[in-house]
Amino acid sequence: MYQWDFGILWSYRWLFLNGLGVTVGFTVVIVVLGLVFGLFGAFGSLSRFRALRLTALAFIEAFRCTPILVQLIWFYYALPILAGVEMTPITASALALSLYGGSFYSEIIRGGIISIDKGQSEAGAALGMTPSQSMRRIVLPQAIKRMIPALMNQSIIQFKNTSLVSVLAVPDLVYQSQVAAHDSYRPLETYTAVAVAYAAILIPLTIIVRRGEKRLAVSE
Amino acid sequence: MSDTTKIEIRALRKSFGSNEVLKNINLDVAKGGVVALIGPSGSGKSTLLRCINLLVVPDGGSVRVGDTRFAFGADTRLPDVKALAKFRATTGMVFQHFNLFPHMTTLQNVMEGPVTVRRMAKADAEKLARAQLAKVGLAEKADQYPATLSGGQKQRVAIARALAMEPDVMLFDEATSALDPELVGEVLNVMQRLASEGMTMVIVTHEIAFAREVADRLIFMRDGVVVEEGPARQVIDSPQEAATRAFLSHFHRTGALPPATPAL
Repeated sequence: MYQWDFGILWSYRWLFLNGLGVTVGFTVVIVVLGLVFGLFGAFGSLSRFRALRLTALAFIEAFRCTPILVQLIWFYYALPILAGVEMTPITASALALSLYGGSFYSEIIRGGIISIDKGQSEAGAALGMTPSQSMRRIVLPQAIKRMIPALMNQSIIQFKNTSLVSVLAVPDLVYQSQVAAHDSYRPLETYTAVAVAYAAILIPLTIIVRRGEKRLAVSE
Repeated sequence: MSDTTKIEIRALRKSFGSNEVLKNINLDVAKGGVVALIGPSGSGKSTLLRCINLLVVPDGGSVRVGDTRFAFGADTRLPDVKALAKFRATTGMVFQHFNLFPHMTTLQNVMEGPVTVRRMAKADAEKLARAQLAKVGLAEKADQYPATLSGGQKQRVAIARALAMEPDVMLFDEATSALDPELVGEVLNVMQRLASEGMTMVIVTHEIAFAREVADRLIFMRDGVVVEEGPARQVIDSPQEAATRAFLSHFHRTGALPPATPAL
């Protein structure tokens, strides 16, 4: 029988906290950047102009249909050779994760917008609104309400996806725990603690999302 | 430009794919005139109405409302979004399914056009909106959301919302077709009062008795063409064309309007 000893992790607490800080900070950056990419992708795919639509579609499918781990490695190792841009591991992984998340956000945002009844934008147009006015005042306020649960869900997935940046030696929670595990020879305790840390942050978030979904169902 | 003709439509054509919905339509509406468009579903009457404010862009012909005229054809460029928006601001439209904005109170619904399109100050827009809501008998519902209103109340709010833009012309697209029978009267009463105040109106409707009472001209359409038109009473009471007779035989053509609600 294995003898658990979580006490040993206490001496690595600063390492873990450091890693957790990087993980959370990284998530904030890729969620914000991802939403920006997502907005461009969504509006591009709904554009009147064919070239914009095709560009947006190419972006969405390229990042949605390839594994994020491959993208991370590709951005760090292949892009510098192809494009001649040197990137730090942090920049490369932030870019890859933001674009990956952005492709999913695009589909969520696009779906939210087209789920709004056409009569709504028609009523706006009949009042004399330009398409952008009716998007801002009429369609988006209703669509955002419908998007929020799905956007939250995708952001939770993004939070967990940050664990992959450890392959590029970005010092996130997983990377630091690898260090701790090698140093302490206690991988079981280390990775159990890491799993608990992720869950401790995400479970309250999922409860918030579920409450939001319920409130949404009531108001509609 | 004529002083008396408010709406002038010439040689209007529209196809959806291979389906030709409007075939060479001509239509004149006098200032203050009330025209009823009737016909079986698929006759093109709703498409014609939507061409008047260019919610549907015609393939050919011309549309004039007031002093603004647009011509359409293979070699004419479509008007840009700003010109279209400016044009639509002068015509009010009421939809079959109300299309109220569910995320706004009724007051905000009515204020939306004046504030966003006409750039009116909020306080002035609110005054205007409250006056319009009072006019349709819903002053006390200003702070409620559309979801809490009955169908008839929703449609009256939609009329107030259109009127808040102070349009020259009002277009009604089967405004009572989605209502329970007992709620039709309150909406028709608002429309009738609007007509008697001299508003230029084009009404797509299945309420033949109402059209007979309120409209001064009636147009019967079938398969994208105008089959018969003339003074409303004359066409309804003694239709000349067989198709008009056959269509009208499905309706009670006379009788009083449905009673108004006591609130009015």
